[in-house]
Amino acid sequence: MSEPIVWLTIFVLSVFVGIEVISKVSSTLHTPLMSGANAIHGIILLGAILVTGTTDNGVAVAVGLVAIVLAAVNMVGGFVVTDRMLQMFVRKKPVKKDESTGGAA
Amino acid sequence: MPTWIQLVFLACGVCFILALKGLSGPKTARNGNLLGAVAAVVACLMPFFWTDLHLKHVPLIIAAIVVGTVGGVYGAQKVQMTQMPQMVALFNGVGGGAAALVALLELQEHVSADTHENWFIWAATAFTVVIGATSFAGSAVTFAKLQDLMTSRPVVFPGLRYVFGITLGAAVVVSVRLVIAPSVWLAVVLGLIGLFFGLLLVLPVGGADVPIVISLLNAFTGLTVAAGGYVLSNVLLLIGGTLVGASGTFLTLLMAGAMGRSVTNILFGALKGGSTLGAGEASDRPVRSVTPEDAAIMLGYADRVIIVPGYGLAVAQAQHTLRELVDVLVDKGIEVDYAIHPVAGRMPGHMNVLLAEAQVPYEQLREMDQINGDFKDTDVVLVVGANDVVNPAAKTTPGAPIYGMPILNADEARQVIFMKRSMRPGFAGIENELLFDEKTALLFGDAKDSMGKLLNAVKAL
Repeated sequence: MSEPIVWLTIFVLSVFVGIEVISKVSSTLHTPLMSGANAIHGIILLGAILVTGTTDNGVAVAVGLVAIVLAAVNMVGGFVVTDRMLQMFVRKKPVKKDESTGGAA
Repeated sequence: MPTWIQLVFLACGVCFILALKGLSGPKTARNGNLLGAVAAVVACLMPFFWTDLHLKHVPLIIAAIVVGTVGGVYGAQKVQMTQMPQMVALFNGVGGGAAALVALLELQEHVSADTHENWFIWAATAFTVVIGATSFAGSAVTFAKLQDLMTSRPVVFPGLRYVFGITLGAAVVVSVRLVIAPSVWLAVVLGLIGLFFGLLLVLPVGGADVPIVISLLNAFTGLTVAAGGYVLSNVLLLIGGTLVGASGTFLTLLMAGAMGRSVTNILFGALKGGSTLGAGEASDRPVRSVTPEDAAIMLGYADRVIIVPGYGLAVAQAQHTLRELVDVLVDKGIEVDYAIHPVAGRMPGHMNVLLAEAQVPYEQLREMDQINGDFKDTDVVLVVGANDVVNPAAKTTPGAPIYGMPILNADEARQVIFMKRSMRPGFAGIENELLFDEKTALLFGDAKDSMGKLLNAVKAL
């Protein structure tokens, strides 16, 4: 298989996996899911580090550093803010009231 | 690249899949997110352990990472839950911008080294630069609209569709030029076109549709990162970006479906001249206004109450008082539920986050499909800071901007209490007939203030 075909194969399969894994999400979780997915594309930070660390051109290094800052904001901020939201969802269950009588526990 | 690093990247790719899988279930969501974070951090450490790479400028790189991390954590910790949509837009935009810059730098490396790559690489570079820039500028406008830095109404001008068409054409022409004869300055021009295109894409979108656009731009950035992965020959970027691109696109369609809109209609509705916003004027027709004490009696002697919370509730920070009110009503033996419209708040699922923050038990939150049949047996519906999601015009007025959007059937209940600050229309800018219905009572005032009075009045019953 030629190189581009390998990449295309990975791409197409990833598209299907991406749709499949979230196809059953409830609308309750749309906001955290969007935010979490947003953080995952912050992986561009890896790319930013690689291009910045392999160039000698002064301007390129400067631009690369800007890209690193932006990507780090995306990745770190995205994961932290998603966790903050999800923390609220899994907070300890409130004291359950006795449902049959409606009386306070 | 050493095999072991490739294996680490493969493992990180698998972790991203599991992270998304986890995020789509309430019990697994938090662990899913943490798994994704760990994988991303591990992946980003790899260049420092990849000795053959001879990574240069390490102190500067680390400093930049620290700056970005501090900024990201600060923003993520400070943001209020009501402002979550614009925060997501902002994080998304900077990611898109970073991807565009990375592709630009890689192009510069290739050009200066005079390497002969196949044309796929140049096409992917052009795609990354133009869509990354689009996502950056589009997200910036989205942020400004949601943060009230600019009007949330559609910004249109005569000839917009021609400017739009010309910009699109220019992007294609320059991209083709770039593929034939790669050069850095062409890529810079392409980036500028992308920025302009981002503005044109989001400015005409009306306030109520902005959340869909956030999701769409998120998918754009994902695809940008995927293309960037191909440019850099990095399989992890390709996998991560594609996963986000695909799931983001799917999520966008899902949300648009929940609003009864098509994505093309949302994006290009304004171009065709049909605005997504109404006149935005308040009417002076008579309404029935009540005092908190009257409203308390209606609630206190009901058997079944449904609360319809909206963004106004969260803006007024009244959700804690509302939960207290519901606790008091439940103690009186009244059956109370919250009816959550899929797009309540400023982003699908946003209201669930806001109520979870106020520690409203998860079981009391009912989704639209589950509860819509219950309204006709309901004594009182209390609408707090919501408007468009209970506007019957969505069912009855074919010309209305929200026509076709599924709504909560509050109009079927015996009585409706609206807590409103004023008669101003909702985010979609159209009048709500339900406000003038004879079974509707209006309780005017700041939601937090009125809610406090209502709570005291109910306690005093």
